[in-house]
Amino acid sequence: MFAELWNEISWSEVSKASTETLSMLGFSVLFTLLLGLPLGIFLYLTSRSKAVWVQIIHNVLSVVVNILRSVPFIILMIAIIPLTKTLVGTSIGIKGTIPALVLAAAPFFARLVETSLREVDRGVIEAAQAMGASTWQIVRKVLLPEAMPGLIAGLTITAVTLVSYTAMSGFVGGGGLGDLAIRYGYLRYEATVMVVAIIVLVLMVQALQWIGDAFVKRYTRK
Amino acid sequence: MIEIRQLSKRYPGKGKTEGLLALDRIDLHIEAGEIYGIIGHSGAGKSTLLRTMNLLERPTEGSIQVAGIELTQLNKKELQQQRSKIGMIFQHFNLLSSATVYDNIAFPLQLVNTPKHKVDAKVNELIRLVGLEAHRDKYPAQLSGGQKQRVGIARALANDPKVLLCDEATSALDPQTTQSILSLLLQINKQFGITIVLITHEMHVIQTICDRVAVIHGGRIVEQGKVVDVFLKPSHAVTQEFIMEENHLGDLSSWVSFKNGQGVHSRIMKIHYLGEVTYEPILHRVLSAAGIEFAILQGTISRMKDVPYGQLIIRMDGKEEALRHAAVALAEQGLEVEVLA
Ligand SMILES: Nc1ncnc2c1ncn2[C@@H]1O[C@H](COP(=O)(O)OP(=O)(O)OP(=O)(O)O)[C@@H](O)[C@H]1O
Ligand SMILES: [Mg+2]
Repeated sequence: MFAELWNEISWSEVSKASTETLSMLGFSVLFTLLLGLPLGIFLYLTSRSKAVWVQIIHNVLSVVVNILRSVPFIILMIAIIPLTKTLVGTSIGIKGTIPALVLAAAPFFARLVETSLREVDRGVIEAAQAMGASTWQIVRKVLLPEAMPGLIAGLTITAVTLVSYTAMSGFVGGGGLGDLAIRYGYLRYEATVMVVAIIVLVLMVQALQWIGDAFVKRYTRK
Repeated sequence: MIEIRQLSKRYPGKGKTEGLLALDRIDLHIEAGEIYGIIGHSGAGKSTLLRTMNLLERPTEGSIQVAGIELTQLNKKELQQQRSKIGMIFQHFNLLSSATVYDNIAFPLQLVNTPKHKVDAKVNELIRLVGLEAHRDKYPAQLSGGQKQRVGIARALANDPKVLLCDEATSALDPQTTQSILSLLLQINKQFGITIVLITHEMHVIQTICDRVAVIHGGRIVEQGKVVDVFLKPSHAVTQEFIMEENHLGDLSSWVSFKNGQGVHSRIMKIHYLGEVTYEPILHRVLSAAGIEFAILQGTISRMKDVPYGQLIIRMDGKEEALRHAAVALAEQGLEVEVLA
């Protein structure tokens, strides 16, 4: 019985789909970091300004971030198909899903960045100012190192969220494990493959959490 | 070294309210190389005043010069450059928790792009100065309060500042550690000639290391001068309070009502000592020569930085005539005598 089920599974397909998911995840995490980190820093810096026009920029940006965070991923993905096409030339496959993944995850990560930066002790920032540090120096040498555990934890949460987003992207032909699970489990009623796909996803999430926690621990000094 | 003129600071209030006047037309002149103390109760404006000295707090009005440079006129870049020459230490240390002792001290040097070998030499020298050789690779969370403040001091000295600002630098420390940090500050002041401005709400801190003191109350300087003068002849009520707390001078009434035998007069006197006379047996010599007996009711013998001083309240029993002569004789010996009853 078990052997029968086992043989039913096309392992080459599972491994292909896993590789696809991993590469979607890798690229989307990378671009989310590149976009979300500066955005989060910018949100943090502008939230403390007393100048009116800076406050306006902050508020506008903040609203945009909130909108992007509240639109369900699957809808966002469909809604930006034209944008995706102009950006990467296609709206399907691994390449076609990355813009949507990043657009959904970057604002989320930016908020987590902003929150972690807020937790940095005001006194330490003030001490750096008293030593003559510029804003850029404070960001690089005080805020980022001091907030490192929080930033890593935030990135871990974002990556885990991205795993489930990549699975969802399977609905619109994005490839990867989600696609596999839908094609076999939903369209062909072959539940075994679907279960395997889900198990692999769970293992990925576990691995991400484990790596993230290890890094948080390594950088925590308090 | 620091010249403050007609400095005011108003914190803006909400909406149309006029806000809070935290500093009210402050004038202050701090000499190069001295240790200047600012004392006041909580909320008096001490931190606000100290923080204007490196423009962490921008005054609403008035001028502030440090080493001849008017801080309020500087642009951002120039101000950052001036700040690197003004060290500051904090009540809660404010160290980078993610950096080791070494890296915390190296931080201000890296801000001004000091070459690596120079950073290394300077940091090692400072670690030796503050006595943290055994802790250079530890993180702040692994240090005691006193050790953290030593890191803070070393960090503040990294760029060879002319001025060191101390915001309640010892308030979070126990008495023994406080003493060791104060000695370190004194040593730094003597060794490098750095001007030190410190704020505190503890008179004994002022008494231990300051040359001059200003008393701040409700955003105004109510009294200032040499510590010895202010301490021994406080003119403002707030100053008197601080000194009272320090000396624990209490109620004398129970002693005043003490009853004598027939024909013996007694007098309660307060005697002030200042300088080396404090350690001479003048009181005994004069009073025993006059045939007067005495009892010490209350007293302090201590020193202010390097100056010994004393204050005794005594009851003298003897003949009317002898008592009068003794008071004169004591004054001739350089003591100050005050008849209380
Ligand atoms: N950022 C601020 N905004 C508004 N009011 C402030 C601000 N900082 C201080 N104040 C007010 O200014 C006054 C002086 O404050 P300051 O911190 O200088 O007092 P302090 O003498 O240092 O007191 P403490 O001994 O408690 O530290 C206080 O009434 C305080 O409430
Ligand atoms: Mg204060």
